[in-house]
Amino acid sequence: MPEPIVEAVDVAKVYQLGKTQVHALRHVDLVVERGEFLSIAGPSGSGKTTLLNLIGGVDVPSSGTVRVDGEDTSKLTERALTRLRLDHIGFIFQTFNLVAVLTVFQNVEFPLLLQGRMSSDDRRRRVNALLEAVGLADHARHRPSELSGGQRQRVAVARALVANPPLVLADEPTANLDSVTGGHIIDLMREMNRRDGTTFIFSTHDPKVMSHASAIVRLEDGRVVGRETAQGAEAR
Amino acid sequence: MSVVASRVRQGRILLQMAMRNLVASRVRTLVVGGIVALGVVIVVLGSSLLDSIDVGMTRSIQGSLGGHVQLYNAASRDPLALYGGTMGESVLEPIDDFARLKAAALTVPGVKLVVPMGIDQAMVSMGNVFDVALERLRADVRRRMEQGAPADAPDYEAHKAHLRRMATLLQQELRAAREIADETSGVYRDRKADFDALSTAVEGGFWETFDADPLGSLEFLENRVAPLSLDGGFTFIRYVGTDPEAFQKAFPGAQVVEGSPIPPGQRGALLGKLYAEEWLKLRAARRLDKIKEARDLNGRRIAKDEELQRWVKENTGQTRDILLQLDPVRTREAVRRLQAALGTKEEDPGKIVAALLDTNDDNFDARYRIFYVELAPLLQLYSVKVGDFITIKAPSRSGYVSSVNVPIHGFVEFRGLERSALAGMMSVLDIHSWRDLYGYMTPERAAEVRRLKERAGARTVAREDAEAALFGGGAEVPVEPVAVKPFDEAALLLAGGGRQSREDLFRRRYTQAETDTGVALNAAVILDDPRRIGETMPKLVEAAARAGMKVKAVTWLEASGIVGQSMGLLRMVLYLAVLIIFAVALVIINNAMVMATLQRVKEIGTMRAIGAQRRFVLVLVVVEVVTTGLVFGGLGAALGIAIVHAIGWTGGIAATNDTMYFLFSGPALIPRLGTASLVTSVAIVFLVSILSALYPAVLAMRVTPLEAMQSDE
Repeated sequence: MPEPIVEAVDVAKVYQLGKTQVHALRHVDLVVERGEFLSIAGPSGSGKTTLLNLIGGVDVPSSGTVRVDGEDTSKLTERALTRLRLDHIGFIFQTFNLVAVLTVFQNVEFPLLLQGRMSSDDRRRRVNALLEAVGLADHARHRPSELSGGQRQRVAVARALVANPPLVLADEPTANLDSVTGGHIIDLMREMNRRDGTTFIFSTHDPKVMSHASAIVRLEDGRVVGRETAQGAEAR
Repeated sequence: MSVVASRVRQGRILLQMAMRNLVASRVRTLVVGGIVALGVVIVVLGSSLLDSIDVGMTRSIQGSLGGHVQLYNAASRDPLALYGGTMGESVLEPIDDFARLKAAALTVPGVKLVVPMGIDQAMVSMGNVFDVALERLRADVRRRMEQGAPADAPDYEAHKAHLRRMATLLQQELRAAREIADETSGVYRDRKADFDALSTAVEGGFWETFDADPLGSLEFLENRVAPLSLDGGFTFIRYVGTDPEAFQKAFPGAQVVEGSPIPPGQRGALLGKLYAEEWLKLRAARRLDKIKEARDLNGRRIAKDEELQRWVKENTGQTRDILLQLDPVRTREAVRRLQAALGTKEEDPGKIVAALLDTNDDNFDARYRIFYVELAPLLQLYSVKVGDFITIKAPSRSGYVSSVNVPIHGFVEFRGLERSALAGMMSVLDIHSWRDLYGYMTPERAAEVRRLKERAGARTVAREDAEAALFGGGAEVPVEPVAVKPFDEAALLLAGGGRQSREDLFRRRYTQAETDTGVALNAAVILDDPRRIGETMPKLVEAAARAGMKVKAVTWLEASGIVGQSMGLLRMVLYLAVLIIFAVALVIINNAMVMATLQRVKEIGTMRAIGAQRRFVLVLVVVEVVTTGLVFGGLGAALGIAIVHAIGWTGGIAATNDTMYFLFSGPALIPRLGTASLVTSVAIVFLVSILSALYPAVLAMRVTPLEAMQSDE
């Protein structure tokens, strides 16, 4: 049995907000196996984004440990943490977050350039293959401003997958999209999950979106209040 | 290989992002770029202009008076100021024996020439137009006495008539003055004698009997009438006493523009051309020149300019200077020419000359030409001409006023400094005459004076003892009886060379040793290689010290005093302007980039979240600013180069006043593009870009990947 892709043990995150301490997460334990298509559900302020930030290595826990692909994030230097994000994690954001001045192709290519490992031919093949997969092969030279919201998010999906990371994190990926388009994005993510075995963890508060997940972790007030399998979720 | 290719690609994407960011915020880019471009234009243009001024002034000053190094007595209270200081002429202790200093300096490797100098100013008497006319008549009389009187002598008669006319003019002038005078005062009684003398000179009887006693009549005119003419008299002259031959070799910038150089080893003077223009030129002609210059160079117009109107008025009101110069023959000729040129039937010489000089904006150029083509050939435009003698009087070092007569060999112009009121006024005098004026007691001369005093029985007595010594009041002062020898004045004069006639003195050729031996105030040193000035100066001081002389060495620039300092001042002003503009640029670029960074926090956070290292973000900001700087700096440099060339093609910047003429070292400044100025401007832009990018870059680096997660709400 291979080690889990994400392993959080007794994780807490405390923010200092002025003079008050905000306990964003308390005693969270979470194991995500490779190949899962996991949804993190919960109302606003329940700590979904904080948990994703800790898993994604953009933030480190106040206490407890978060292991991503075997690496303890709190033991890594800033530089190594950045490297971990680059090589092991793909990100999909609620607001798409494409670089406005780059073309679709360049946005997708960006992580590969940061890695600096692939030849330009390989890069071109890889980027084109992904644009093909997300259905935007015709839009390679467009700027993000020339695309619709759904198209932008598909570019973001392609960008998240381009470096072939074992883990993709998506924070409310459908929140800024209409339900039909959002459905398409979730379908696309699910397809990639099935095809490549990439682990997806996404947060949402949309039951329709949750329904696609293989498992759902529920958060309330910074605590994990339940973990359900797909059937369970569907049963609800 | 692929890693390198990837880095290149990463660099390209950085550059592309930077460029696209710049295009995306055009207004900001244009403002920042505009300031950078303006700064570079100023640097390129300013430094090109200054470099050209620098080169020109260096050549002018080094080639005219400064040389490369100047040596002077270290005991001097003032610093050497070749062109005079702000507090007048600097007081220097003399160099007793120039020959010894020269020999010592020439032992230093790289020293080509050593030229003795002594700069001073003095009064000079130029004589007046009366003297000129009298001199001419005297020559006539002398010729007639030697060769006999020819039956028909139109020149002689004309010269006589000229003097009579001058006396008439003078009488009219004095009569006008007399009308407002108090006839009972003592002054009036004195003046009455003058007036009577003038009446005699105007009356027909005096001239009818002139030929009977020409010498006596001339003497009357010379002693009684000529002094009543108020013009002429004294002016000041500033001169450098030097070895003319060495001076000519050392200073190619000093050019004889009229006449000839002072013959080697002989006495004589070359008058500064600007000095002659300012002080010796016929005033009407000088005023015409000034009006022309004001109109042509400065675009001033008589109709709108009070000063020009005043000059025109002075010219029409003061025609006497011109009329006095014209004898009847020339007067007729002048009237004939002016009638033709002006198309008038006016017969009165005074009125027609006044009509000529009554200029306005429409007729000025034509009148100016008529004056110089038709009238000027009949006049002596300068009160001194080549071949004349002038008398220079100066208070000597020993206290008494000494004077020398020197022949004018020509007029000298210092190339590049022609119009500088400070530098262009300088005249050149042979060092022997200068030493006579300076009157410094060399030890030998002091010993001679002491010998003379002893022979005459003179003694130095303290002031408080003088009474006792003179009247024998006290026994404290021992008075030794001195055998007083008869005083042989003639022998003393002979010993001092006083009997030598004027002609002998000016025909005499001094040897190089005689020229070198004696006092000088400073010495100009010319080097083989001007770049070695710094290292040669201490060697010169050491060499002089070995020869027993304490001298101070200064560079030509230091020696040029306020003239050279103006250059440094200009450079300071430019640097200050550049500093200010780039300080402003720094603040504005910094501000703009901080704003840009704050606007892009989310994008930067996203890049960081995706896996961009801090360094990537830093480079992104720096590349953006440096790209702006270099692109617009390049544009600015191109514009600057274009302007520099354009100025060159259109003949340069014309000097519209004397200060500019002096700074430009000529009538126009053609700026030359220096690689140094280009490199400097690129370096400054680069530095300013990096500096102004630092703070925004640090801000950008501090953006955490968490920023990417913030939703827009």
